Amino acid sequence: MATLILAEHDDAHLNEATAKTLTAALALGQPVDVLVAGQNAKAVADAAAQLTGVRSVLLADGESLANRRAEPLADLIVSLAGQYDAIVVPGTSTGKNVAPRVAALLDVMQISEITKVVSPDTFERPIYAGNAIETVQSSDKTRVITVRIAAFPAAAAGGNAPVETIAAPGDSGLSSFVGADLSVSDRPELASAKVIVSGGRALGSAEKFQEVIAPLADQLKAAIGASRAAVDSGYAPNDWQVGQTGKVVAPDLYIAIGISGAIQHLAGMKDSKVIVAINKDGDAPIFQVADYGLVDDLFTVVPALTKALAN
Amino acid sequence: MKILVPVKRVVDTNVKIRVKADGTGVDLANVKMSMNPFDEIAVEEALRLKEAGKATEVVVVSIGTDKSAETLRTGLAMGADRAILVKTDAASVEPLAVAKLLKAVIANEAPGLVILGKQAIDDDSNQTGQMLAALLGWPQATFASKVALGDSSVDVTREVDGGLETLRLKLPAIVTTDLRLNEPRYASLPNIMKAKKKPLDETSPETLGVDASPRLTVLKTVEPTGRTAGVKLGTVDELVAKLKQAGVL
Repeated sequence: MATLILAEHDDAHLNEATAKTLTAALALGQPVDVLVAGQNAKAVADAAAQLTGVRSVLLADGESLANRRAEPLADLIVSLAGQYDAIVVPGTSTGKNVAPRVAALLDVMQISEITKVVSPDTFERPIYAGNAIETVQSSDKTRVITVRIAAFPAAAAGGNAPVETIAAPGDSGLSSFVGADLSVSDRPELASAKVIVSGGRALGSAEKFQEVIAPLADQLKAAIGASRAAVDSGYAPNDWQVGQTGKVVAPDLYIAIGISGAIQHLAGMKDSKVIVAINKDGDAPIFQVADYGLVDDLFTVVPALTKALAN
Repeated sequence: MKILVPVKRVVDTNVKIRVKADGTGVDLANVKMSMNPFDEIAVEEALRLKEAGKATEVVVVSIGTDKSAETLRTGLAMGADRAILVKTDAASVEPLAVAKLLKAVIANEAPGLVILGKQAIDDDSNQTGQMLAALLGWPQATFASKVALGDSSVDVTREVDGGLETLRLKLPAIVTTDLRLNEPRYASLPNIMKAKKKPLDETSPETLGVDASPRLTVLKTVEPTGRTAGVKLGTVDELVAKLKQAGVL
């Protein structure tokens, strides 16, 4: 049999999450087809066809798929499922939204956010926000899997797979798209940023948070994160929160500024490649996970670091 | 309109969990347990809709052992009207089975809206709401940061990668909560006392006619490869040099 992966895209561009999902899917050892579901998404299908290791690209193009609402998208995937013994979906907001709907319609138990393929039916996945790693084996006829994107490298370009057009599903009319308000910030998204500068309660106020954190983030082209304590104190908006109940991130570089390192914060960032901690309190738990620490006053060190990086 | 809110009893978010040395799971003995934080947000949203006159009754449901009754009492103390415990002795019930059990409860209760947490902070599955929507053939809006309930539809603003999007769902519908939706209230002491007298009904997977047996086998549970503390540096220049050396600048 074969594996089907769902492409992550915005109708114009193929998202890198697709190439990472492909790497996980290829580890199952079967031929891999890529489903591109969208509206006017031919360019995306052509880009997917160039990923190395793809057998063929299925392009379903139609109005019902314009915003990848879960109901029509799940119906489409289920209609294809008979030809596949694994359906692998990126752990993006679109993927996490649709995959369980597919799994339930197929009466199978989804394996969420895998970080490693042990064998075609056995996977590692983090639980308790990464504080434990579970190895699970599936006994279902079809495996429905979502992939923790940060855990897999992107498959290379260099392929030339055929693109086959398939019919888009009808629309049940259960849901409709009202609108989107996508952030136009120049900063990268927190969830996928390569560098994150995060601030904690020691910043003392929303003004200081901006004044100290933003210039360093600008200098590093980084996303800005915050500890729950900083969010609860009103220094930073809730969607910046990194932690067990916020966003779980794994950038190449994570700079924690004035963050003591509560358990629930560490759970959200400890898989970062390199962690830097800047904190006045040398005994703060954040230093137990940091690769490099500066025990000093953040209000002098951070501007100095920003300046040093500018030179 | 009746709103149903499924809630789960999980390890309190402030507890540092311990993985058992023999790899059989996470040690839950004598550990503080609480309502899953995303479920608290779901209860809060349902209560606000009731207080705004848009819902008439809030029913909390939990699937678990006797101890899940405590979690239901927490929901009742926050202000829910009544509770249903689907009692099982199973150590854990998978999201697919939970969704099937909830579907059976919904067949009896006929709510207009079901609000769930987007995921439980123990198994981090993020599946139950979507699966329930699929089994019922209802529309779904996951990761909600705003819910505007009308008579025959609900507008839900969702947290998606890169921003927000708004969907309109025909009722009945499934909504799952994200962090920004609201700040859950604390139960006051008088309300905690009052909650003890609110109705809490019990049922079981057998009574509901649902096979809740697991599909996945957990082979082992281990601690993640730990990080070791690195070095404390003296100056900003040293830090910049180290970061350049590590190739992250």
